[in-house]
Amino acid sequence: MRIGLFITCLNDTLFPGTGRAVVTLLERLGHTVEFPREQSCCAQMHFNTGYRPESLPMVARFARAFAGYDAIVTPSASCAAMIRDNHPVLAEQLGDAALRDAVAAVVPAVHELTEFLVDVLGVTDVGAVFPHRVTYHPTCHSLRGVRLGDRPLRLLRAVRGIDLVDLPAAEACCGFGGTFAVKNADTSTAILADKMTTVLSTGAEVLCAADNSCLMHIGGGLSRWNSGVRTLHLAEILAATEGTR
Amino acid sequence: MTEDTDHDGRVWLGTPAFPEAARTALADTRLRHNLRHATTTIRTKRLDATGEVPHWEELREAGAAIKRRTARHLATYLEQLEASVTAAGGTVHWAADATDANRIVARLVRAAGGPDTERHEVVKVKSMATQEIGLNEALAAAGITAYETDLAELIVQLGEDRPSHILVPAIHRNRAEIREIFAERMGEWGRAAPDDLTDDPKALAEAARLHLREKFLTTRVAISGANFAAADTGTIAVVESEGNGRMCLTLPETLITVMGIEKVVPTFTDLEVFLQLLPRSSTGERMNPYTSLWTGVTPGDGPQDFHLILLDNGRTDVLKDTVGRQALACIRCSACLNVCPVYERTGGHAYGSVYPGPIGAVLTPQLAGVRRAASLPFASTLCGACYEACPVKIDIPEILVHLRAKAVEAKRDGRALPTPEALAMKAAATVLDSPGLLAVAQRAGAAGGRLLGGRGGRIRRLPGPLAGWSATRDTPAPPRESFRTWWRAHREER
Ligand code: SF4
Repeated sequence: MRIGLFITCLNDTLFPGTGRAVVTLLERLGHTVEFPREQSCCAQMHFNTGYRPESLPMVARFARAFAGYDAIVTPSASCAAMIRDNHPVLAEQLGDAALRDAVAAVVPAVHELTEFLVDVLGVTDVGAVFPHRVTYHPTCHSLRGVRLGDRPLRLLRAVRGIDLVDLPAAEACCGFGGTFAVKNADTSTAILADKMTTVLSTGAEVLCAADNSCLMHIGGGLSRWNSGVRTLHLAEILAATEGTR
Repeated sequence: MTEDTDHDGRVWLGTPAFPEAARTALADTRLRHNLRHATTTIRTKRLDATGEVPHWEELREAGAAIKRRTARHLATYLEQLEASVTAAGGTVHWAADATDANRIVARLVRAAGGPDTERHEVVKVKSMATQEIGLNEALAAAGITAYETDLAELIVQLGEDRPSHILVPAIHRNRAEIREIFAERMGEWGRAAPDDLTDDPKALAEAARLHLREKFLTTRVAISGANFAAADTGTIAVVESEGNGRMCLTLPETLITVMGIEKVVPTFTDLEVFLQLLPRSSTGERMNPYTSLWTGVTPGDGPQDFHLILLDNGRTDVLKDTVGRQALACIRCSACLNVCPVYERTGGHAYGSVYPGPIGAVLTPQLAGVRRAASLPFASTLCGACYEACPVKIDIPEILVHLRAKAVEAKRDGRALPTPEALAMKAAATVLDSPGLLAVAQRAGAAGGRLLGGRGGRIRRLPGPLAGWSATRDTPAPPRESFRTWWRAHREER
């Protein structure tokens, strides 16, 4: 199986550790991963902020970079949702027939990481060891965008040494919303404050999720509050073994 | 608050743009507490009420399908409705906009008052369409006093306030505030509240009942909204919880119903679907306490003069937009408000419109024009909770993003120079469409991050438009090595 890794622009730039973790994890499970260097961004920020024409070249780039892969794996539920739900729409509205075909060819191969592990590879125990108190936040896009269901929790429960605690009101939005956090900074902060309060109530050392974007926002708040709670993409927990953490 | 004068739709009240209005609301801790308490309670009830219906998803699909069909053949169903209502002894009026509708109502009220009476008064049962067109204000200007009879509307009217929720217009008020409003203002409008009024809900309800009873028994004209109107029979349906609506709909001699044209449904039997969807989604009840259905006039029973005003006010324009028109399927249940993380913090007034919350964010810009309400489509995190809750499956996030594109388009058209945001988006698009430039930007970002004081850790203050973000959040400093650099060094040459 030819697996292409779509790292996403945010992870590439700010959270390379998540990408390294995905590579480590998939190699440990016996798979070779390729990183098409032509890739860049899923265009979510542009699309969601209303800049459709600007999004189109990124849609075309994605289809070009990932043509021919059996599986395209990404450690971002929100980027997976963007590609699945909106690349076909953009190609339909603004693209030509060739682009529509190219998009239609790659979209079915796209998998968010936990979907790929559970549904395609059929594993829930990835051999991870992580002896820490952890709580999991289901981000809106993992919940309602790609519908990950309990896949992340099944993977986390199989991690050795982990003390996995429930997050109260887990399904409440964290208030990030991409450019929403910039355009409506005050409202975003008010929503964030409630999320942080529930995180702190669990006594967890680590908050994890399937999206570094939301974690950047929640983690930024937790750091400003000097809470001592770390945020970590769940790929990094799944990649951890004895001695690594 | 300034009224927009160049537009007679009245949907948009011209309050400040959402981010500024939200800031004021957020600072009001009592408001936030009232809202959180109310929305959390309704949310839980709603989940229980929808969860116990085994075929809830099929019901939602049925509701959505009826609404889609109605939207496709709206003109046909409206003509059928007109014929049915006329045949049943009612009179149908068509109103193109707010001014039109208000003029028709004022004329009808005056005519109904008769030449022998000086009193021009009407009782009203909750109707969003009349709020949309600013009917009470227009009637007042014409010398007619309108009395709201829905408990929450009464609180809003007495408090000289604006509704902040579709279903619970006074959701932003708590019992103590309501007691204060009743004690101070009831006397000016009619029967005063008792001197020993407490903030016990029973006492408040009793005070309202006595105050309103007087109005019901003496007022000859009533104005109502409509939840549904069946085209085949001409039957109008009003759904409510208090029974005050029923008083309005049966006691007066003349009944005037103002209804948005999208409220028509093809057949009477379609009500079966909506009367299951609506109460469970809105109040979390299996059945609403009062459902009133009437068809034209019945000699010797109820109002003997019935007028139906079919209000367009921008709706036919909305219909032309195949994505945006979904919003016209709304049955005003308010489920989307109660699950919305933004609404829960800001309340309804921040939306500057009679339609607040997620549905307001997509309906108002369409009815009032995207330029006028340009900040509303951006007043959402796109979390999707509204879509999941909506009983008629309106894809609110899809419409939000669609309207964002229109708002950006409108700005592009209206300006000789691109906005700073447009320039930034263009620049970002150029970088993101080129892995080479991205790598350069990543190195620059890492250096810049160190400059901003984030060495190995976190940046505490960002420049320019990102300042709002960094007021409450640290930003991770970009690492020296991006993923693509690491990959080239550790994997590529293998
Ligand atoms: S949009 Fe849907 S959820 Fe919101 S009020 Fe209308 S019908 Fe209810």
